[in-house]
Amino acid sequence: MKRILVLVATALLVLSGLTACTSTDKGTIKIGVNVELTGEAAVYGQPEKKAIELAVKEINDAGGILGKQVEAIYYDTKTDGAESTSNVTKLATEDKVVAIIGAAISGTTMAAAPVANQYQVPMITPSGSNAKVTNDGTTVYPFVYRACFIDPFQGVVIANFSSTELGATKAAVIGSSSSDYAKDLATIFADQFEKNGGTVVAEEYYTDTDTDFNAILTKLQNAGEFDVLFIADYAVRAGLIIGQARTAGITVPIVGPDGFESPDLVALAGGADKVNDVYFSTHFSALSEDQAVKDFIAAYTASAGEAPSALSALAYDTVYMLKQAIEDADSTDPVKVNTALEAIKDFKGITGTINFDEWHNPIKSAIIVELVNGEQASATVVNP
Amino acid sequence: MKNTFLNKKNLTWLILGVAFFFLIQLLIQVGVITPYYRVTMYWICLFAILGVSLNVIIGVTGQFSLGHAGFMSIGAYSAAVVLRSMPNLTGLFIGMAIGALISLFVSMVVAIPTLRLKGDYLAIATLGVGEIIRIVILNMKITNGASGISNIPYLISWPLMFFFVFVSIMFSANFKNSAIGRACISIKEDEIASEAMGINTTKYKVMAFMFGALIASLAGALYATTYYVIKPETFGINNSINILVIVVFGGMGSLTGSAVAAIVLGIINNVFQPLAEWRMIIYALALIVIMIFRPQGLLGTSEASLKTIFSLDTYKNALKGLIDLVTLKKFRVAAASTGKGKQR
Repeated sequence: MKRILVLVATALLVLSGLTACTSTDKGTIKIGVNVELTGEAAVYGQPEKKAIELAVKEINDAGGILGKQVEAIYYDTKTDGAESTSNVTKLATEDKVVAIIGAAISGTTMAAAPVANQYQVPMITPSGSNAKVTNDGTTVYPFVYRACFIDPFQGVVIANFSSTELGATKAAVIGSSSSDYAKDLATIFADQFEKNGGTVVAEEYYTDTDTDFNAILTKLQNAGEFDVLFIADYAVRAGLIIGQARTAGITVPIVGPDGFESPDLVALAGGADKVNDVYFSTHFSALSEDQAVKDFIAAYTASAGEAPSALSALAYDTVYMLKQAIEDADSTDPVKVNTALEAIKDFKGITGTINFDEWHNPIKSAIIVELVNGEQASATVVNP
Repeated sequence: MKNTFLNKKNLTWLILGVAFFFLIQLLIQVGVITPYYRVTMYWICLFAILGVSLNVIIGVTGQFSLGHAGFMSIGAYSAAVVLRSMPNLTGLFIGMAIGALISLFVSMVVAIPTLRLKGDYLAIATLGVGEIIRIVILNMKITNGASGISNIPYLISWPLMFFFVFVSIMFSANFKNSAIGRACISIKEDEIASEAMGINTTKYKVMAFMFGALIASLAGALYATTYYVIKPETFGINNSINILVIVVFGGMGSLTGSAVAAIVLGIINNVFQPLAEWRMIIYALALIVIMIFRPQGLLGTSEASLKTIFSLDTYKNALKGLIDLVTLKKFRVAAASTGKGKQR
């Protein structure tokens, strides 16, 4: 039995080595995909891969781009910066792709950005939202773009929504001190909220390993009255905080960033009845009345076997944005495609209309979703 | 053999090294080694340095350490911080020197109390050290917290990389073959006996630990300038385990083995790249298969020497071993002799 198992394993090894060597046609347009398929960020990379597969299949069924079929080459970053650098080098120099999609998180994208610039191949990250992905603060990386809005924009949107739609004047802020995502969002929210004429009555921070937030919540309650609570963190802890805050008797609206979007939020909060009057900003909502969005949801659910998330929607848009850039350039030369991509005008995707600003960040609308009993109840589009 | 610096043996090694350097340099110039293979080659070189330096601690001295990536991060961050204001080779060397000093100091402070522990306790203590270094870096201003340092200038080149691989392997080999190294080996074999023979065990253990940490910090600095971005989680426990895998895979106690293991794992990692998520399964399977058939690691405790390199028998035996591995000789023999499967 063991011998057979080992034989099979050896055969697999040899076979997979052989398949790796098969060559590809000349008549296709090659697009590189460098996302997190394993490692801790695989939860972001996997839905993106599924969405890219769907988009590529749709494009090929409709006749391809410029009459050529699209071939996507998938590499795994292992959620490792070094691997991402190596993958993009391979895509640009060995596979000679027209453009690269990836990576799913900011860290691995930043590790690959200098490579894309060096070999002059456009690279679009669907979801790397750190401000420094497409520029270093003073100069823009000429070949690096993103499809999502950046973290500072989200903070501003949520603050404006709290001031105008919720009519809040006093805010309390609670966030993780272990991630830049949380720290940046908390600062930007507080700044914008005060600019809008409100006051921030309390700011409290915790570390990523905390699970009991009762002490912090009591501190907030003792700091004075507030009429909105901003939680700057991902769902893993935001869910717990929502549950504990509601149990502690904090009934004010709770607002948060796109990190709230997770199927686990309700379970972490300890029940659907705890997740009322909760709002978060996101890239895409399944509640949209737009026909294109409805078609995407139906197609994605059919092919992937699960409902699409914001990440899959962003990756889907990225493929079509690339398609338009290649058609605009009427060429598969990476440099010409890059020029066309930079000049893209009013690209209509399912996550909104996209134009690039001078930092290669998209100027696009955000969506604020309201949760009632843990379910998405309404979606408001907020324009920049 | 006369004990001079430039004896026949050392000269031959030097000539071999220089010939290897020019061969690769030529292949790069001609374009046989494309940019992508160069990236892979740098990965192999980096992990060969790390593997060899950890092998001095684990394989030679017998002290199990899980904090190696922590010392690597000290070197990487020192280099990255200096490179921010001096983006050239001088900056890199200054950063390396600073990193080496910090990691020597940290490793000494850490080693003196923890190396009195043994086995599992030592592993846990060094694991803790790696985590402490990571968390300190995570919370410092100059290291830019969780988002790490990006946009580090790309300064790596084959001559630079080769120089450090050559120097670190040479120093590690000299360490192992010196009186200090023999003392360390005796500690590995039997600590009480070597203490009874008058060896100051704590002193030699601390020396080996500091030496390994020093080389790891150099590798960290090279890592920073090869991969553009460093973040605290790059140097977490996973990375320490990756280095440990190289040491165990190549053979504990064989410095050559660590270098060979880095090459083999680097190639496996890249050959199977087009398979995306299947690659990690194959990688793990390869490790399991090797560990079943060669529990002592690829090379066991033997080292490459001039004698073995220039002897045909070595290659015959290696080929025979490979054939046995592929044809599962071990199982065949075990099954034939007892009929009850393998016995150990």
